[in-house]
Amino acid sequence: MNTLAFSATIAAAAFCAGFLGSLTGLGGGFIITPVLTLLFGADIHYAIGASLISIIATSSGAAAAYVREGFTNLRVGMLLEVATVPGALVGASLVAVLPTRLLTVAFGLVLLVSAWLTTRPRAEHLTADAPADALASRLRLDSEYPTAAGPQRYRVRRVPGGFALMWVAGVLSGLLGIGSGAVKVLAMDQVMYLPFKVSTATSNFMIGVTAAASAGIYLRRGYVDPGLTMPVVLGVLAGSMLGARLLFGTPTRRLRMLFAAAVAVIALQMIYHGVFGGR
Amino acid sequence: MTHRPTPEQDVRVQHAVGTLLRAGVLLAALVVLAGGVLFLLRHGGGASDYRVFHGEPMGLEAFGGIVRDGVSGSGRGIVQLGLLILVATPVARVAFTAVVFALERDRTYVLVALLVLSLLLKSLAG
Repeated sequence: MNTLAFSATIAAAAFCAGFLGSLTGLGGGFIITPVLTLLFGADIHYAIGASLISIIATSSGAAAAYVREGFTNLRVGMLLEVATVPGALVGASLVAVLPTRLLTVAFGLVLLVSAWLTTRPRAEHLTADAPADALASRLRLDSEYPTAAGPQRYRVRRVPGGFALMWVAGVLSGLLGIGSGAVKVLAMDQVMYLPFKVSTATSNFMIGVTAAASAGIYLRRGYVDPGLTMPVVLGVLAGSMLGARLLFGTPTRRLRMLFAAAVAVIALQMIYHGVFGGR
Repeated sequence: MTHRPTPEQDVRVQHAVGTLLRAGVLLAALVVLAGGVLFLLRHGGGASDYRVFHGEPMGLEAFGGIVRDGVSGSGRGIVQLGLLILVATPVARVAFTAVVFALERDRTYVLVALLVLSLLLKSLAG
């Protein structure tokens, strides 16, 4: 296959990944690395480099839409970036030290947990009348978000716990070239009791900054190859824009389950590949 | 006079941040596309192999090198310049948010934003 055909095939695969990712709300970066390594035989270092860069594109695009609708909590995002950015720097530095096979297995495991996290039923915490949390109040994190019935107030809780989990999300993002959206949402909606829509919007808002922290290290170490990254970025971006236009923010439960099941199969394949080598 | 942001101000901030992010991604995509077309016109018939990892040729890696190569007009250099614009987009967003917090006289969050910004710039500059 010459470079032109290779680039076109990768762009088409990336388009599908971006389309499915935004349609199901799981994010297209999720499956870019498995697609590149398992299907195209790329080294995982090139794959996570291309994936990290595409994540910046798709999350910035999604964040732009959410922030205009008023779901994003700027203060929560900014504060938690103090945790994700150093985490990402640690993770990105670890890539050079860890053996490729361990990296592959770790990727599969994180993919598996993320798929499970995003499909599990979630209970919305109603916090409008809850007592104010001292730390959250001092940091002015409580806010409101638009609903069909008008603006709804919410209170933020357990800031240190969310902060710690965000650091972990940052490490995983830098180590594996992913957005860690599932872990970020977990930290916000389960630990800090933010509403789902606010968690998702703020997570998207943070993903680009977390990824940009690792990007410097990735670029210097040569994980970002322009020839490979070019079709991936353009394909994922076009696919996710189309997906978002078709079904903005309301993935059906069945579609999510279906996609998560497929992701789980891919994850197991990555783990197998890492443990036993070869294909 | 209070310094709490009015809803109207917040909406303006939301729109400005949204526009900034969208413009950054769009500009980056166009530069990547232009570089990609150029790269494929010149090297489309060659072979691609990403099976074995072997660092990037020197010059494409470092910040200054990327800008120099991008301006020099090589396809790969222009693509890499587009990717750099993409990476710079969230960094610009953090800088912009720092200004917004400063206008709101929210000293805590100005410091928080500047801390994040300095970590990002330090990482990019190496």
